[in-house]
Amino acid sequence: MSKIENKIPQGPIAEKWSKHKASIKVVSPANKRKLDIIVVGTGLAGASAAASLSELGYNVKAFCYQDSPRRAHSIAAQGGINAAKNYQNDNDSVFRLFYDTVKGGDYRAREANVYRLAEVSPSIIDQCVAQGVPFAREYGGTLANRSFGGVLVSRTFYARGQTGQQLLLGAYSALNRQIAKGGVKMYTRQEMLDVVIKDGKARGIITRDMVTGEVQRHGAHAVVVATGGYGNVFFLSTNAMGCNGSAAWQCYKKGAWFGNPCFVQIHPTCIPVHGDQQSKLTLMSESLRNDGRVWVPKKLEDAKKLQKGEIGPNDIPEEDRDFYLERRYPSYGNLVPRDVASRAAKERCDAGFGVNNTGLAVYLDFKYSIERLGKNVIEARYGNLFQMYEKITDVDPYKEPMQIYPAIHYSMGGLWVDYNLMTNIPGLYAIGEANFSDHGANRLGASALMQGLADGYFVLPYTIGDYLANEIMTPRVDVNAPEFIDAEKAVTGRLEQLFNVKGTEPVDHFHKKLGHIMWDYVGMSRNEAGLKKAIEEMKALKKEFWANVRVPGEMNNLNPELEKAGRVADAIEMGILMAQDALDRKESCGGHFREESVTEDGEAKRDDDNFTYVSCWEYQGEDKDPVLNKEDLVFENIELTQRSYK
Amino acid sequence: MADITLKKIYVKVWRQNSAKEKGRFETYEVENISQGSSFLEMLDILNDNLIREGKDPIAFDHDCREGICGMCSLYINGRAHGPDRDITTCQLHMRKFNEGETITIEPWRAGAFPVIKDLIVDRTAFEKIQQAGGFVSVNTGGIPDGNAIPIGYDDAEEAMDAASCIGCGACVATCKNSSAMLFVAAKVSQLAKLPQGKVEAKRRARNMVTKMDELGFGGCTNTGACELECPKGISISHIARLNREYLVAKLAE
Repeated sequence: MSKIENKIPQGPIAEKWSKHKASIKVVSPANKRKLDIIVVGTGLAGASAAASLSELGYNVKAFCYQDSPRRAHSIAAQGGINAAKNYQNDNDSVFRLFYDTVKGGDYRAREANVYRLAEVSPSIIDQCVAQGVPFAREYGGTLANRSFGGVLVSRTFYARGQTGQQLLLGAYSALNRQIAKGGVKMYTRQEMLDVVIKDGKARGIITRDMVTGEVQRHGAHAVVVATGGYGNVFFLSTNAMGCNGSAAWQCYKKGAWFGNPCFVQIHPTCIPVHGDQQSKLTLMSESLRNDGRVWVPKKLEDAKKLQKGEIGPNDIPEEDRDFYLERRYPSYGNLVPRDVASRAAKERCDAGFGVNNTGLAVYLDFKYSIERLGKNVIEARYGNLFQMYEKITDVDPYKEPMQIYPAIHYSMGGLWVDYNLMTNIPGLYAIGEANFSDHGANRLGASALMQGLADGYFVLPYTIGDYLANEIMTPRVDVNAPEFIDAEKAVTGRLEQLFNVKGTEPVDHFHKKLGHIMWDYVGMSRNEAGLKKAIEEMKALKKEFWANVRVPGEMNNLNPELEKAGRVADAIEMGILMAQDALDRKESCGGHFREESVTEDGEAKRDDDNFTYVSCWEYQGEDKDPVLNKEDLVFENIELTQRSYK
Repeated sequence: MADITLKKIYVKVWRQNSAKEKGRFETYEVENISQGSSFLEMLDILNDNLIREGKDPIAFDHDCREGICGMCSLYINGRAHGPDRDITTCQLHMRKFNEGETITIEPWRAGAFPVIKDLIVDRTAFEKIQQAGGFVSVNTGGIPDGNAIPIGYDDAEEAMDAASCIGCGACVATCKNSSAMLFVAAKVSQLAKLPQGKVEAKRRARNMVTKMDELGFGGCTNTGACELECPKGISISHIARLNREYLVAKLAE
């Protein structure tokens, strides 16, 4: 058994959360008024938490780097949000959602956390409806559902292809109501640059006002990190340009453990990279694989001609097309899970069968479903996605197949938290994508929104009271304490250091280099030699960065290059940790594929005997190797089996 | 997808170091831009050049780069979000421009959106309008089942049409009066169409419009320019609904 205290309550899985709620402490309304909470990040998790905590009576300070909480990248989620409502009478249940999520995560998530997630999921839908979220409806006026990959029931709620937007605007409206009431003080265009620890507890943060450049100290009785994922370590991803893992990384460097950093999700259907001027990648919804067929040419000479632009896809006769997903996975076909579809596309392109000038694209063809169902049906289902595709690529997907390729999309790993969502640093919490807890090694579609809102509306507001009940005698945190002054000095020192390098290369140069190393060796397919090489290359890149980066502009003015410089400096270090974690985990599971751990027919092979644990990395100091702690995962309700989609 | 490369284009940009300082236009040359690149990628390349030359790069707002966050906000060749329909600036691609062309880029121009730096403006006024009433007054928890109140298909769809506003401010930037009516109407109309929001619809309309006026946005004179440049195609029929809600609220006073 691991010595790590994860605070998972005893008892049957279905009773754990109720029993836990009954046993944890509650803070009285009079005392809540005396307690301050900082929430960093105002996406689904952060905005819902900030609003709910303020409603309870706590004083909340919320921070975001954008000019408004409404712009957090939760807004870009397309497909939907899962909830175990069983409105379709198709035998859905809390247990089934729990089971699907644990299995989809390839058995690397905590049972108790996932069960709670499934248990609170129905309340999320009720809450959002009450806020005025315009979910899709049936003609009778009830809520509509659709199906998503890898499950047998219809439990996904949606608002067209803009579900994330509508849920975020719901949480944002709740937050606005609290801002107007004075319960939340909102700080926009402010970036967290450090967390302050005093007497072993999180007591505040250091921020930089991104407009004036002023470095500020903010104190509180607890700090909640809701800053999303770290996909941008790869430079190209479906994340927003500003998304970064720096806040979580500062927590790590102050002693918070980082859980499963190597678990990142690669989404199979993104618009391919068009060339070296590309800045980010755009996702095409998973739902397209319901009606599109994925293929590449059978003949290498056809692929060569496509790459040179001498022929188009419609010049390739039917018998010369290789529908490789249908060939390799006859029972699931084009609807295999994300990790499997991504690896299969890479395998074909690596073998030389890519269909565009870079050789890194496969076709997603709607010709067959248009022939079968008619153009009108396809337009009704995917019209907005087809329009988006055409705007970006100038190709009409009704006439010519889409080109797609996998891209980095989501981080399952994140700050390690216990059942209360608290990190190993007392008073420091992590919620939403920023924590590691619920998705194991692979996240199912439509589950990110569910987790962000579950944490913010229905978990943290309960569990944080258990900690704060012991803080009612602690006076307002004094930001003139030496710990705050030292932390501010360190932050200012680092900013000055970035300026003073005065090298020749802009920040993006290093970010792109980092992205290439990560994608080549720590991406879809990983092996020992490659990971070791990546670590060496990233260590060298770190030195090169600090010797040769050029940060223009002024310290005390709006300066996007300075912001990026700090984030990329952190991202290089994060990349090294991700590679170290991938090196340690010698099995293949979910999004983590080790070439050394495959079945006879080349599929991912898990190793439950040796790797049924959460890796919890503990920082040891600059340029020192971190220590790996292991939290054993115990499965009492679900039997572990090898996934197969043949 | 065989994209042509633009050998040289000229970019005429508004430069302003801070809110307090005076601004001016400056023209830069940019070479070898693939027409497959996005407009913002072209600006990335220009900035890369400026940094290497030891100059201050151009500050502009952007984030998701897929047309939904509402952060990007450029006025290009006299049009909010540039020369294409139903897109944000980040969805604009260089194939809309020609070899040797001079492209003029300005920030949103409106009294209520002061310039922070270069092409970045302060849209805090939008936040204040939302805080004045853009919500349903309901706390977390203790909510009846999501299906307890049926909502007709058409009402839900119309609410969704309005709710698709991304808060970018193109409507204000493009309006000769710098009116925020379409922005306010989108929220008022969304919530007025739903039973959950109807309860306080009048109060909401009154509070949001009052706040809008207070913050220095102009009045609506029905030119319809906002609807034309709205990246999400939000219809001015929502302004009509806002006017109805507001009128009824005022009559009830």
